[in-house]
Amino acid sequence: MLETSSKANGLNITGSVRLVHEVGMHARPAVKLTKLAKKFKAHISIRASDAAEWTNAKSVAKVMALRAARDSIIEIKATGEDAEAAVAALVNLVAADFPDSGP
Amino acid sequence: MQARILQQVYRGRTASIGFARGPFVRIAAAPNGKRAAGAPDDERRAIRAALDFAGHQLSSLASAVGGEGSQILEFQLALLEDDDFLDPVFAAMEAGTPADAAWTSAFDEQIAEYNSASDEYLRARSSDLVDLRDRVLRALRGADELPQLPSGAVLCAEDLPPSQFLEIDWSSGGGVALLRGSPTSHVALLARARGIPMVVQLGALADGAQTALLDGERATLEIDPGVEQIENFEKRRERHRKSRAAAHAILRRPAALWGGERVRLLINIQSAEDLDHTDAQYADGVGLMRTEFLLGQQAGLPDEETQYQAYSAVLRWADKRPVTIRTFDAGGDKPVPGFTETGEANPFLGVRGLRLCLARLDVFTVQLRALARAAIHGNLKVMFPMVTSPDELETARTIFKGVVDGLQAGRVAAALPELGIMVEVPAAALTIERFKASFYSIGSNDLAQYVTACDRSNGALSKLSDPLQPAVLDLISRTAQYGKRAGVNVSLCGEMAGDPCCIPALLSCGLRELSVNPSALAQVKQAIEGLSHGGTRE
Repeated sequence: MLETSSKANGLNITGSVRLVHEVGMHARPAVKLTKLAKKFKAHISIRASDAAEWTNAKSVAKVMALRAARDSIIEIKATGEDAEAAVAALVNLVAADFPDSGP
Repeated sequence: MQARILQQVYRGRTASIGFARGPFVRIAAAPNGKRAAGAPDDERRAIRAALDFAGHQLSSLASAVGGEGSQILEFQLALLEDDDFLDPVFAAMEAGTPADAAWTSAFDEQIAEYNSASDEYLRARSSDLVDLRDRVLRALRGADELPQLPSGAVLCAEDLPPSQFLEIDWSSGGGVALLRGSPTSHVALLARARGIPMVVQLGALADGAQTALLDGERATLEIDPGVEQIENFEKRRERHRKSRAAAHAILRRPAALWGGERVRLLINIQSAEDLDHTDAQYADGVGLMRTEFLLGQQAGLPDEETQYQAYSAVLRWADKRPVTIRTFDAGGDKPVPGFTETGEANPFLGVRGLRLCLARLDVFTVQLRALARAAIHGNLKVMFPMVTSPDELETARTIFKGVVDGLQAGRVAAALPELGIMVEVPAAALTIERFKASFYSIGSNDLAQYVTACDRSNGALSKLSDPLQPAVLDLISRTAQYGKRAGVNVSLCGEMAGDPCCIPALLSCGLRELSVNPSALAQVKQAIEGLSHGGTRE
């Protein structure tokens, strides 16, 4: 099942989505996610399955270090002018299982 | 410890036939040059330049290498653009650490972390980090990507990744001596395609050698040879050269016969550029054109026009001769980002070949459109890889017909080519009569791998995975015999078709059509003519 939601929380836009990728957040998904995140000006953070720490969604090393497994819930938080578009795009990317022609 | 012994002869296994005599160049696993550190500003400039240089190298390598390994290169490129990853390096340099030390320490932590992961995939990624670390270090120390090889050098390493082989300029000859490695590895395939001699599994070598003789035929490496050794080596090289020259003269003669029947020799190609090989003109056609190279291009999956041009070029070259093009055979050991499945526990038994194409009609129909349009330019045959059940062939045929109808309805010139299958899944070979194809092409590499349950890249299994195993030959024979009875053309396009040792067995199985690399054409024809069953010439 796919879970997506997004809500404005003060200045933060947050969204969450279930990671359906079979092997979890590995090199290819991590590269795609960070590439997409870098297209936005917003400051974007990511965490997996209720981890205490948020981490930079534009860093491939950090995203790999999440070691997010399949079926973990990925949360994305963004602040800045295009925060809403950023969260929507990233949630879509994860929900669609990292297709090649990304948004 | 082994003391340095003069005139030592080492024996390994042949991965690619040929001879190389020249300076002996040992490639260390990690660069170990020293560099003098400058002021923090200079160090910052130095590392920026090294990072840029490494980035350019990786990008151009990614486009050259294509689909294979490009996923790994993408990850390395992403790390080079990762500020969170680079910041600690710059911070350490600010505090006075030299650039190379700062760079190395950033990696050592990450590499240790990856190595300690419980996840096998993540552990494997640590070798990518090592690769990137060393690439930047080499740039930082002013070394080229690899030491410039003196002309004809014999390169020695533990093992050689295909990407490194591709980076080396082999235009002035040379050879490869690997302490480990395997004749079935990808780098061995590359060496054979380029005609670079390669001997693998040499074991431990003495240090400090200056010159070497590499004999890919006897699978020997002689270091710091004496005069007599050099003389013997040159005699063997000359014999080899003469026998090759004789083989080339044979190419200009009419077709080879075996038992009075003509044996057709076709070529395997990756792209139209392979047709530039001087021997290609003597082929009876193209028995296998791979199309995966089109998937390796940087701008994502190839569009219809790019594919149409690529296919048409080969058909125009072939004129009236047949050209068999295989639809995308991605998956297995050929991952393609954005196309193949990721994270399959066993990709060789996964969604690959036609299975993948039928699951990704968006990609497949574009290829079929390009093929249907190209079909009007020559004698095109299209084959599907990894077919397991007749349903798959029929589904693909229906889709292809739909594509042709659609094109013709839109007044685009198109035709439905002859359709055939690769016979590489044992289930297909065992029930070959159920497949209503215009032709069968035996993919002996995968067939042998699946019949013997041996990973063909695993050197430890090379005895078991011998394609001359009775079980493999039985399936080849079954397919060839059924083809003869039913009037369906049968050919074989695996590596064994190019191996003179396998030719007698293949002809005895009933095959009369073989497809080989252009560089093997001459020796295969020579091998057929040399057989006692060879009849009179046409």
